[in-house]
Amino acid sequence: MDIHEYQAKKILSDFGIGIPKGGIAYSPENAEYKAKEIGGSKWVVKAQVHSGARGKAGGIIICNDALEVAQATDKLLGKKLVTNQTGPAGKIINRVYIEEASDIEKELYLGLVFDRGSECIMVVASTEGGMSVEEISSEKPETIIRSKIEVAVGMQEFQAREIAFSLGIEPELVSRTADVIRNCYRVFSELDATMVEINPLVITKDKHVFALDCKMSFDNNALFRRNEVSELRDKSQENSSEVYASDRGLNYVGLDGNIGNIINGAGLAMASMDMIKLAGGEPANFLDVGGGATPEKIVKAFKLVSSDEKVKVILVNIFAGINRCDWIAEGIVQALDQIKIDMPLVIRLAGTNVEKGNQILRDSKINYIEALSLEDAANKAVAALKDVESN
Amino acid sequence: MSILIDENTKMIVQGFTGKIGSFHAQEMMEYGSNLVGGVTPGKGGSTHLGLPVFNTVKDAVRETGAEASILFVPPSFAADSAMEAADAGIKVCVAITDGIPAHDMIRVKRYMRRYTKSEKMTMIGPNCAGIISPGKAMMGIMPGHIYKKGNVGIVGRSGTLGYEAASQMKALDIGVSTSVGIGGDPINGSSFRDILSRFEEDPDTDVILMIGEIGGPQEVDAGNFAKENMKKPVVAYIAGLTAPKGRVMGHAGAIVSAYGESAVEKVELLKECGVTISKNPSVIGETIKSVLS
Repeated sequence: MDIHEYQAKKILSDFGIGIPKGGIAYSPENAEYKAKEIGGSKWVVKAQVHSGARGKAGGIIICNDALEVAQATDKLLGKKLVTNQTGPAGKIINRVYIEEASDIEKELYLGLVFDRGSECIMVVASTEGGMSVEEISSEKPETIIRSKIEVAVGMQEFQAREIAFSLGIEPELVSRTADVIRNCYRVFSELDATMVEINPLVITKDKHVFALDCKMSFDNNALFRRNEVSELRDKSQENSSEVYASDRGLNYVGLDGNIGNIINGAGLAMASMDMIKLAGGEPANFLDVGGGATPEKIVKAFKLVSSDEKVKVILVNIFAGINRCDWIAEGIVQALDQIKIDMPLVIRLAGTNVEKGNQILRDSKINYIEALSLEDAANKAVAALKDVESN
Repeated sequence: MSILIDENTKMIVQGFTGKIGSFHAQEMMEYGSNLVGGVTPGKGGSTHLGLPVFNTVKDAVRETGAEASILFVPPSFAADSAMEAADAGIKVCVAITDGIPAHDMIRVKRYMRRYTKSEKMTMIGPNCAGIISPGKAMMGIMPGHIYKKGNVGIVGRSGTLGYEAASQMKALDIGVSTSVGIGGDPINGSSFRDILSRFEEDPDTDVILMIGEIGGPQEVDAGNFAKENMKKPVVAYIAGLTAPKGRVMGHAGAIVSAYGESAVEKVELLKECGVTISKNPSVIGETIKSVLS
């Protein structure tokens, strides 16, 4: 789960990390008032969307008086910000963050992630703050500092100090910078984060260490014990189909193609999508209805996939293990009683009682194309798509 | 032979009396697994499915001599149950549970470092289908009848894709020595490499099928291990050709975040290690057949 910059900064501040003075605003008047409340003579208005690279996309505006702050807010609110991370649809700006501008002397990069190879928490730092970590890796890889933290004992002071010295921090600021690094580690481990990134971490001309921008992601599997994180979820930043799916226990990822998928199991779903691609088609979605594939879930899956306007053909691929194909087939028949699908439908069943299952489908009044193997299903779906497109 | 479990392995079920635990315990017994009891804290002393129920894993091990356990415990308690099994002297523990926090799994793995190599438990999963040694024993949730007994070892992340492969193999009269699901989570008990090394030492396994997917370094790590340490041929299929970068594809661990984690990159790196690639998921059985002959 991702959260907004202003929410991440609040967490940083609660964990003792310095942030510039700022506040959230929902309207131009609100923004102008906030700017005056914050004080100073220069502010930054920042669009709050779940994406990095907002500056390049016009989502961050520097203002020199409170009126400009109001105008910038008016310009951003209600718009969709399209960055190189949001996809062409962009993400809606429902609020902006007004922050006092900082006089920056030095910009650093600080990130914490899971390292799956060593199964440790990895701190990644660089002197080249302000660039994305991908850009740093390709353009200035020699500046990257990595430090593995053993979770059983946590981050030691010397580790944080080493990172700070490696970043070339002047001696009188080293202990303050090391504190920031250690507190970031606390956020990561105490809140079940999967990523904490401060970019840039700045040293100001008046020798403050501030988190100027921050991104955090959290482990969805740990939300059951993190109410303080769960309540930060902003569904307006997520794909509406994905929200619909996750609220109903389905695993869905929207993609750009036009062959819709309903599959049980994540691995089989990815494999079926691979087959579609190899057959010359493009999948419209990833959808795992779960190993169980109950009739209720199949109904919801049909509703979800058929509501996607891009979808021209639907491919159903179910491997019945403990469940039997005849039971799955009855579920599909029931589902299609409740919902009308007016596009070609390819169904492939496999596993326990496959013959019985296929017979139930043949005997029903469903209009569908029967497929016998994974390859057959993908070929028939792509052929059906070509028929639709040529008509 | 087979790896990890056979018809003599004494097994217990943790989360025995729950609905899911009961259902799969019955399936396992019907398959012929040597189930000797179960654990549900607070229900010790009672009998369930004709077997004794214990309050703790230690009680179960002491009374039954159990060597293996399978967890059907909700995500919030699963890590604790795995550590309890490790401390009670269980040798093989399968965690079926999907949704264990990554931080908890790291804690489990650190906890197990206190044991010497000979007394350390092998954990399989979480978020997996379990283990089956066809014709001998099943400790998992797979449909046992789709597996034919034979000489191919299977190790994979996914449940249903593993079933797909096993049934393609059965249709071609190819059998399986043991199939192990290591699960779809980013931090797991056993890696591809761990299981490959067991298959290499198993006299009844001649070829190994590795079913991987996008995300993480384990498939390529296993490929390097195969190149340097294995004589037996390895066949692999990597799912997720169409997965966009940075998106989680169902399995918590199926996310491309760095170089070498996409399906195309993993396939290239595995080829360099001498692994035979099944070019699509529909020809996994045929690819194994050609390697066997």
